[in-house]
Order: sequence, then C-alpha cells, then structure tokens
Amino acid sequence: MKPGYYFWSGDIAAAEGGIFAGCRFYAGYPITPSSEIAERMALRLPQVGGKFIEMEDEIGSIAAIIGASWTGEKAMTATSGPGISLMNENIGLAVMTEVPVVIVNAMRGAPSTGLPTLVGQGDFMQAKWGSHGSYEIISLYPSSVQETFDLMIDAFNYAEKYRVPVIFLLDAMLAHMYEKIYVPSEDSVERIERKKPTKPPGEQLIYEPDDDLIPPMPSIGEGYKIHASGLTHNEKGYPQLTAEAQEKLIRRINDKIRKHAEEIWKVEEYRTEDADIIVVAMGTNARTVKTAVDEARKEGIKAGLLRPITIWPFPYKYIEKYSADYIVAEINYGQIYHKVREYADNKVELLPKMGGELHKPHEILHALRRYKK
Amino acid sequence: MITAKKKSTMELLRDNVESLLRTERFPHVWCPGCGIGIVLNAFLRAMIRAKKDPNKTVVVSGIGCTGRAAGYVNMDSFHTTHGRAIPFAVGIKFARPELNVVVFSGDGDLFAIGGNHFINAARRNHDILVIAVNNFTYGMTGGQHGPTTPTGAYTTTTPYGNPDRPFNIPHLAISLGAPFVARWTTYHLMQLQNSIYTALNRKGFRVIEVISQCPTVYGRRNEMKSPLEMMEYFRKFSVRKDGATFDEMELTYNGKIVVGVFRDVQGIPTYEERYNEIIRRAQK
Amino acid sequence: MRVEIKFGGLGGQGIITAGYITAKAAALHDGKESVFTQDYSAEARGGASTSEVVISDKMINYPQVLHADYLVVMSQSAYNDYLHKLKKGGVLIIEEDLVKLDERAKDFKIYKIPATRFAEEIGNPIVANIVMLGFFVAITGVVSKEAMWKSIEERIPKRFLEMNQKAFLKGYEYGMEIVKKEKK
Repeated sequence: MKPGYYFWSGDIAAAEGGIFAGCRFYAGYPITPSSEIAERMALRLPQVGGKFIEMEDEIGSIAAIIGASWTGEKAMTATSGPGISLMNENIGLAVMTEVPVVIVNAMRGAPSTGLPTLVGQGDFMQAKWGSHGSYEIISLYPSSVQETFDLMIDAFNYAEKYRVPVIFLLDAMLAHMYEKIYVPSEDSVERIERKKPTKPPGEQLIYEPDDDLIPPMPSIGEGYKIHASGLTHNEKGYPQLTAEAQEKLIRRINDKIRKHAEEIWKVEEYRTEDADIIVVAMGTNARTVKTAVDEARKEGIKAGLLRPITIWPFPYKYIEKYSADYIVAEINYGQIYHKVREYADNKVELLPKMGGELHKPHEILHALRRYKK
Repeated sequence: MITAKKKSTMELLRDNVESLLRTERFPHVWCPGCGIGIVLNAFLRAMIRAKKDPNKTVVVSGIGCTGRAAGYVNMDSFHTTHGRAIPFAVGIKFARPELNVVVFSGDGDLFAIGGNHFINAARRNHDILVIAVNNFTYGMTGGQHGPTTPTGAYTTTTPYGNPDRPFNIPHLAISLGAPFVARWTTYHLMQLQNSIYTALNRKGFRVIEVISQCPTVYGRRNEMKSPLEMMEYFRKFSVRKDGATFDEMELTYNGKIVVGVFRDVQGIPTYEERYNEIIRRAQK
Repeated sequence: MRVEIKFGGLGGQGIITAGYITAKAAALHDGKESVFTQDYSAEARGGASTSEVVISDKMINYPQVLHADYLVVMSQSAYNDYLHKLKKGGVLIIEEDLVKLDERAKDFKIYKIPATRFAEEIGNPIVANIVMLGFFVAITGVVSKEAMWKSIEERIPKRFLEMNQKAFLKGYEYGMEIVKKEKK
C-alpha cells in the first residue's frame, strides 16, 4: 500500500495493518462483523504473493494458520465471539506449542448469536481464559481506525517475539466505522521476526529456551525434524507426561509473558495526573469517556481516563499507580471491573452496558458528577 | 582382503526405515498385536522406495492411538488436536506447496470429530496424502464405538450391539472427487506399501483406508480375542476388487472386506495449483 | 466544531453511499476529521436504511450522531423514524415527492428537493442520492463542492461519471437558487 491518507473501516485497517506487518497467510470463515477483513485479504494477499483461504469453519481456520506459521509465514485469522468459542481448543494448542499467530476478534453483542451487527465488549475474559488450563496470552484493543492499523504491527511483533497467539480485539463499532488513516512508508516501522535456531539440525532441541525463556523456532523443511505436540513435552518436544515436565513447561510459557509484561503494556492516560476519579474504558467506548471527562473538567470535577490498550497481560501497575476512585465503563456486566478491583486501593464502581451501543457521553458524565467534591 | 557381507535389500530397507524413526522414543505406546505399527512401517518403506526427502516431508496426526504416529517419525511432525490434522496440514501445504504433506490418523479423528474437515479438504482437492487407519473403535479411550464401527458390533458404548451405521470411507472420498482412493487391511502388507508408494507419486487429495486390528479393546468384544484371529479374519474375508461398486465397499459386522485401488485418476488440478492462477490474476 | 449529519431512506436509494462519500470528502479532500457509520440491521433493498457522518476540525471522540445538525431524508419512514434525532433549529432536507411533513417540522429549517424526479429526468432514478449530495453541499456548505465531487469521482465507476456529474450539478444549482433567494 502506497504511503498516504486513506478512508478505511477498522476491518480494512486490520487487514492492511496485518499485510503491512508482513502477514502473508490468512485462513478464515466469514462472520459479522469481521467478514470485511476476509474480503480485504482475499483481494489483497494474492497481490503481494500471499495466500488467502476460506476454510470450512473457524476450527479449520485456526488449525490452518498454526500449520502455516510453522512454515515460517506470519499468519492470521479474523472472527467474532462465536468463532473464538470454536477456536479456543486450538488457541490452547498454539499456546502450548508456542506458535505465533494473530487472531482478530471483532466483538459483538453476546452471548450466543446475540447482536451480530452491534457493539459488545463481552469477550475480554474469553480472550484470556477461553481455552482450558492456566496460560498467558497477549491481547490488544485499539480505539480508532488509525490505531487499528498501527497496533496490528505490534500484534505481529509480539506474536513473533514471544511465540504466542495474540488476540487482537476490535468491536462491531470500530470494525464497521470509517475514518481517515495515514499509512506510513514501508521502512518506517520495526518488524520483528521470530528467533531462528543458531545451532544446526541435530544439535538444536526444538523447545530449548534461551535466557528470555523463549525457544528459537525452526521452520518446517529446514531439516530440524521438528516434533510438536499439544501434550506436555520436554525440551526435545517429546511428550513427557509427568508432574515435573508440566511444572517446567507451564511455568515457562506463563513466565515468558509475565516477565516481559511491562514491555507489552500499552496504556493511554488522559487527564489522570491530578484526577480524583478515573474512568477505565477500552476500545471505542473510551472515546465517549474522553468527551465526558472534558465536560466533567469544565464542571470542576477532576476526572480522567485510563485506557488499557494492552488488555492481556493486564497492565495492573497503572491501576496501582493512582489513589483515585475508579469507574469501569464497559459493554458487558463486569469483566475488566474485576481486574481493576483486584489492584485498586479505593472505591471501584462498575458502569455496565449489556451491549448494542456505546455508552453515551451524558451517561458517563452523570456517573462522574457523583464524584464532585 | 576382507569383503563385508553385502546386505540384502530387506536389511537395507530395515536400516533405512530405522533412520526414519525416532527410535530413542521406543518402546511406543501401541499394544502388542496392534496394527498401527504395520501401517507406519508400510508408509516408511514406501517413502524410501519413492525416494521422498524426509527433510521435505511433514507428518501430521490428530489425537488417538494412530495420532501418536507423528511422534515416532523422524521428520517434521505434528501431533495436533483431535480431528484437526487435516486443516493443520492444509495450512502447511498451502503455505509451502513444495512440501510433501502426509496426514496419518485414525478413523474417529478423521471421520467423526474431523469429518467436516475431511469432506471440505477433499472437495477442494488439497495436495495431501491421508492415511486413515480404521480399527473400528476409539482405542485410546477404551473401546467406544465410532463412525466406522460396523452395525451390530459390541463396544463399551454399544453393550447391546451397535445401532449406528458406519461410514463407507472409499465411497465418501470418491463422491468428493478424491483422485486416489484405496483400501487395504494390515494383512495386505505389500499391496498397502505399493498403494502408498503410488499415492506418494500422485497429486491431490489421496485417501488410503487401512483396516487394522485392535485386539485389545475391539477384537475381544467381537469374537476375535487375539491379533492373530483378527489377521485371520482380514485374510479370509478380504476380496480384491478394484472396480467395486459403492455397495460392495460397504463394511458389515465381521463380514466381507472389499479391498483394492478404487480410484486412481490423474490431472485434476489441486487447490494449490488453482491458487497459483489466482495469484497470477491478482498481480496482472 | 463538531457537525453531525444523518441520512435516512430506503435500501437501494444510496443512503449508505451518500454518507460514505460525504465523510470521505471531508476527511481526505477538505482536510478535516470525520467518522462514517452505517446501520447494518436492514440490508435488504426496500428496507429502512440509514448512515451517519460526524465531521470536525479536531479528533472526533464519540463516533455517532447524538443530536444531528443536519437530517437528510428520502423516505417517509426515515422522516418518521429519525426526526427526533434532529436537534431543535437543525436543518431538515427532504426528498419532497417522497416525504410529507407534519406539524413536528415547524421546529426545523426545511429544504425540499424532488431529487428522484430530477434523477429520472437525467436518465436514472439511481442517481437521486447524488442529486441530494449536490443539494446538500449548496445548502449547508459543510463539505466543499470540490471535495464532494472528488469523493464521488473516486466512488462511482467511470462509465457512470457523466450521469453522476449531471446529477450532482443539478442538485447543486437547485440548492444555490434557494440560497440566493434566501439572501435577498
């Protein structure tokens, strides 16, 4: 894509951001409100020598991108909540076998089929806990079309660097809304590639981590005779079904994210410095909050906005940092609210919405007025 | 001068087979008398005969007894999730068409939980060889009935006999346009090896069903207590008929097993080949 | 300054396209910020259709219409359903052959145009939305004429450009007549 200004939806920006980051493989199954990502990829990937395939379902889609990633390709898929529900078993496989992939989830009203075309934010916990077991994953959530494009590059960089699936959250509002976006020149961004083995085949253990806890990743066809299994395995990649092997492996694949959490955290702090009351909001919903914070400030209320851009690992130090009260405004019946409560010193209030629309500025303002001193 | 005794072809083949195995992982998990090892052996010998580069070959398995095969081959190999070996392999093949991609998995994995992937991958004609080991049961979980258990058979979940109807796998594969479809039993060692050899030299979605014995949890509930009795059954009841009708391919409880190469058609474009044309159009 | 525009009509009238063209004109050709959103609930032709545009000199926070400054309606049902979205004293633009006003209209500044009739005269009722965009530019000045036309050019297939240009200019000139009369 030539550098310059474009007028794109969040879906288009997610697709183009992926391609810009180096993604050359997409497998997916259409589902509202993410289908436009598939459409864009079908159009664009063959133009840049990439591959697009529409699979028979979401389970096949995630399996295909994990397979493709093992060949060395940067691979992604896109879906919404129902699709993530189907993908979760294989998200666990990608976690366990440490495969870099990016999975876009354009959140819609839920549970079940819910509100296919309307906004929701009910999949935060699913992104973290959707597959069985105790694991860490990375999840990012932009609030504008520009940020969607920019953050897709980070998503691929994180996936490659930490050898972990990245769940890239969008919402139905952002997926479908159009805004101006600037595409920078090709060489203006840093693209991180997965670490390659330094030892020759035969000497390199497939799951032998470096000091950063991340093992280098050979590709299929390079002679390393990779063996990867969703079973608990040793550093050779061979199944080892013991408590000791489990302790070593699961601790490491969690710690490789936890120990690098601060490098992964991205947070927007808006007028929080002197705030008595901070609204925690994510994605497009945070845009409403900004308007409300400005209005509240005019009324003498010391309000601020804290927007986690990195949802997982949860940027808890930013919550601990302030001694203000918190309002968590999210389009669900309380998810990030529980994370904020875990780390806040003072009062935490939930301002939920069941889905279908963003909070309105006056709704946030109304809540903020209760904190007028 | 001392001349080393020249090794026989069989000995050479065995040495080479061992080089394709992660022998350090032995003993394997399969029960004494299990047929999966026979199928794996036939596959590896066919690989050697077909001169396929093990460094450019990928073996993908799902879950189950047969699913463990990926763990023993000394090639790039993946033990994935239950039912998902085919779409995982599709991702590999589509990303790197130059690789030789083999799915080695069991009947429950490929046709029950993974059935949707099988039919769609066959329909698209991905360039993948599927070796489907059919032992009529879910062995690893203790012998429950599956999508290939013959009607009337006794399993741990059909204590009064199986009311269910089994898949006719060659019929299914042929109906989806798969260009190479064969069925053998573990008794048909050479024929099986020859079919895998032929299939390794063909393109497209190739399916080889191998009827295999599970004496431990299937045979003993169905009047065949020992591996030998099961092999004996395969020997006595198998009939080779390459031009068999779909009805003849149907398997019945302890009944006739029609084996053979049911379809071998060349020249059908694979998905990967058709996508090259898409890339050409997109870049025009 | 934040300006909010809502378009409403029936599926097939080009309501979504009109919103998209307007928002893109503001963002890419007038150098402003804009957000375009559409209602996905009724995609079938003949069903209700609506799109929203927010334009501002600054970054836009809330992306949708809260209290529309401009409401452009091309069907009776759109008028009935969306009039409450228009703020008091706001500008109401209607397709006069398809929308009958009621007593609620007295709170707004009203501009009328027989956009579909004009489009038919030009050769195809499908360009009624483009007639409307010309009219919208003349009446409101929210988007410049040049920017709007550029945005139309980018959206419409080349072989239909001539017809669309006629439609755009027809709407624009009809609007300018009204504006001139108002100034007198």
